[in-house]
Amino acid sequence: MLKDITLGQYFPGNTVVHRLDPRTKLLMTLLYIVTLFLCKWFVSYGVMLVFLITAVALSRIRPKALLKGLKPLIIIIIFTAVINLFYTEGRVLVEFWIFKITAEGLQNAFFLVLRIMMLVTGTFLLTYTTSPIALTDGLESLLSPLKKIHFPVHELAMMMSIALRFIPTLIEETDKIMSAQKARGADFETGNIFRRAKALIPILVPLFVSAFRRADELATAMECRCYHGGEGRTKLKQLRYHRRDALCLLLGAVLLAGIIVLRHFML
Amino acid sequence: MAAVIEVRDLCHTYSVGTPFEHDAIKHIGFTVEKGEFLGVIGHTGSGKSTLIQHLNGLLKPTSGDVLLSGESIWKDKQTTRRARFRVGLVFQYPEYQLFEDTVFQDIAFGPKNMGLSETEIKQRVFRAAEFAGVKPASLEKSPFDLSGGQKRRVAIAGVIAMEPEIVIFDEPTAGLDPAARKSLLENISAYQKATGATVMMVSHSMDDVALMADRLLVLNEGQIEMLGTPAEIFREAERLQQIGLTVPQVTSLFLRLKELGLPVDPATYTVDAALAQLLRLKGGAAGC
Amino acid sequence: MGNAVSVQELLFSYPSQNGTPHCVFDGLNVNIEEGSFVAVLGHNGSGKSTFAKQCNAILLPEGGSVQVFGMDTKDEALLLDIRRTVGMVFQNPDNQMVANVVEEDVAFAPENLGVPSEEIRRRVDDALRAVGMYEYRIHAPHLLSGGQKQRIAIAGVIAMQPRCVVLDEPTAMLDPIGREDVMRIVEKLNRENGITVILITHHMTEAIRADRVIVMKEGRILTDGTPKEVFTQVDLLKSAGLDVPATTQIIYELNRQGFDLPLDALSTEECAQALYEQFKVEA
Repeated sequence: MLKDITLGQYFPGNTVVHRLDPRTKLLMTLLYIVTLFLCKWFVSYGVMLVFLITAVALSRIRPKALLKGLKPLIIIIIFTAVINLFYTEGRVLVEFWIFKITAEGLQNAFFLVLRIMMLVTGTFLLTYTTSPIALTDGLESLLSPLKKIHFPVHELAMMMSIALRFIPTLIEETDKIMSAQKARGADFETGNIFRRAKALIPILVPLFVSAFRRADELATAMECRCYHGGEGRTKLKQLRYHRRDALCLLLGAVLLAGIIVLRHFML
Repeated sequence: MAAVIEVRDLCHTYSVGTPFEHDAIKHIGFTVEKGEFLGVIGHTGSGKSTLIQHLNGLLKPTSGDVLLSGESIWKDKQTTRRARFRVGLVFQYPEYQLFEDTVFQDIAFGPKNMGLSETEIKQRVFRAAEFAGVKPASLEKSPFDLSGGQKRRVAIAGVIAMEPEIVIFDEPTAGLDPAARKSLLENISAYQKATGATVMMVSHSMDDVALMADRLLVLNEGQIEMLGTPAEIFREAERLQQIGLTVPQVTSLFLRLKELGLPVDPATYTVDAALAQLLRLKGGAAGC
Repeated sequence: MGNAVSVQELLFSYPSQNGTPHCVFDGLNVNIEEGSFVAVLGHNGSGKSTFAKQCNAILLPEGGSVQVFGMDTKDEALLLDIRRTVGMVFQNPDNQMVANVVEEDVAFAPENLGVPSEEIRRRVDDALRAVGMYEYRIHAPHLLSGGQKQRIAIAGVIAMQPRCVVLDEPTAMLDPIGREDVMRIVEKLNRENGITVILITHHMTEAIRADRVIVMKEGRILTDGTPKEVFTQVDLLKSAGLDVPATTQIIYELNRQGFDLPLDALSTEECAQALYEQFKVEA
């Protein structure tokens, strides 16, 4: 049921990839995505693939778990592939009825699918090896220069971590409310879309009421624990860069530079 | 008397095929007689909630079966749906399921889903409201404007309005103060007397169920630990304590008295029975 | 010793929908001595939760004053000091947890107070050990039982190093095991760490464990004294819609039948001894 949904699931571990500073991992993911978009030809993609496979191997995340993350995207992947396959002008390979497949189309489709898959796998590697709270901390720290222009960095990070905290609770609650309404004969499975949407009211109303009640109680509890915004706040775990972070970022920079060079030679 | 519910070798395993796979209930079998009051006790995680959700078909057993008046509720789709209405299930903290604009409409939700006529729905709502102790003046109010205790009564009325043959209450008094608790239990008792419905009540408060139940079903780690009359169950107070349950205060007092050497029956669980026994020790007449 | 909480002529009302405010307190006076363990009893609507929220400036008096350790709750400059001195634990453990890792949640208050990292680490570990949840420090709270969550909430308050802890029906949503665990920790905080404890409850069996019991009804103090003094007033308690422990009820009924048993034999053991003395001769 709903409980089986995984949202940015984290697989605890103690590998090099896990131990990297969350900021490093965030930056590396960004770098990786940018680099991926600069790739032109087999050589560049090959280099990136080697990088990705090495990272996955180091993280000891089972490739199966990563591939599972691709599942919901299959339709998008197929759709992009098909569009590119049929709608790219160029040297015609096969032609039937109104469709024609060109060599360029085939090539575009192939690279695009590869790119999407590598992109998704890369970002999943980030969320699989970084706890949500470390991720929030990392993001807050990376964005902290924006505080100077009065961007609410701390508030945003706090909201994110509270959302993460309450998602499982609210999913459980949804399950409970659903069961309770089913016990009163509510039917969520039959009827047309309109009827089904209407059938959701008995779930959504109690869920919102409960979410507001929780929010209200949580706000009081936070006040009781001396919460007064981000000012003067310290952290249990302070983020610290280590040598491995520097090495990792260096590798990222080399990778980016390398791909730019390869791109120049159309490789 | 005929068994209105028969549970046959029921098993339920959650999250099959994942690392979180676990058996919530294992090989549970028992019957409930028509008009009986069965208390179900067990601490958190003993499988109580999983068990009761099988009785109206909300959960499908991994193996085993549930029979209502001798007929499997999984025979066909209609039978399963009918089971929802034949077995009314009042969840824990049921006030969190209220959603309609008025109390009346909320109580009418179940009967409406049954496809009853307007007049029938109306009658049932009024009857259910009375049984559950919902004030008639509240019927046109928004359920969200009521006090916590009144909200819970509305939610209970919402289930009773389906006029189920069997009503199951999951911790109906959780979080209520003593006065509200007592009054709600009285309502449940009166409802059963008036309608002859079969009632099951899940609780971890021994004092609540001991006074009302004909029999008690004790669950531990997904299995039936004990099944019998309250007196039979409380006689084995130690076994209850071992599995993390308490006994009524009167029972623990009488256990201690017996240990001290008084010839009393430790399976005593009401104040009245306790007084009767103590007075009998003095030969009926007090020291006056 | 001085007073942890001192309430003088407290006036307070909630706004109600039809405009006329609903008066909760109309001149409440009460002092809670530092280091004591006080249980506040009363049925819903008696004002006990409102009283709890007055103790750390979540609600402010409309008239009269509330002082905690000499600090007036109306003094805004003292707000953080007041809240760090008087910690608060609520009924629903789910709705007072901020982080999705146990130790991060316990660290929340010290982080807000700007405590240095190493010191936070030490406080968090100490607090988690005090409630017996150290092994669970990197767990996600939603996978814990109600009792365990409530212990984490208590740890979160201990980490502020408060001098007083107010618990508003902390066991109402727990099963018997969770209830006992929480009560044991509360007792330990008071007896071993000398923290003033104010326990709001409607469980008589919990109130018996306090040094002092205050019974509230409609915003007034109905009776106030040691558990023995309070629970012997059976008729008064019943009139306030409260239960008396079964032990007291048995002795009360026997005395009405002409026996002369000590009504203040509250615990099961005391009651058993008293009954044994009375009934053994002819047995």
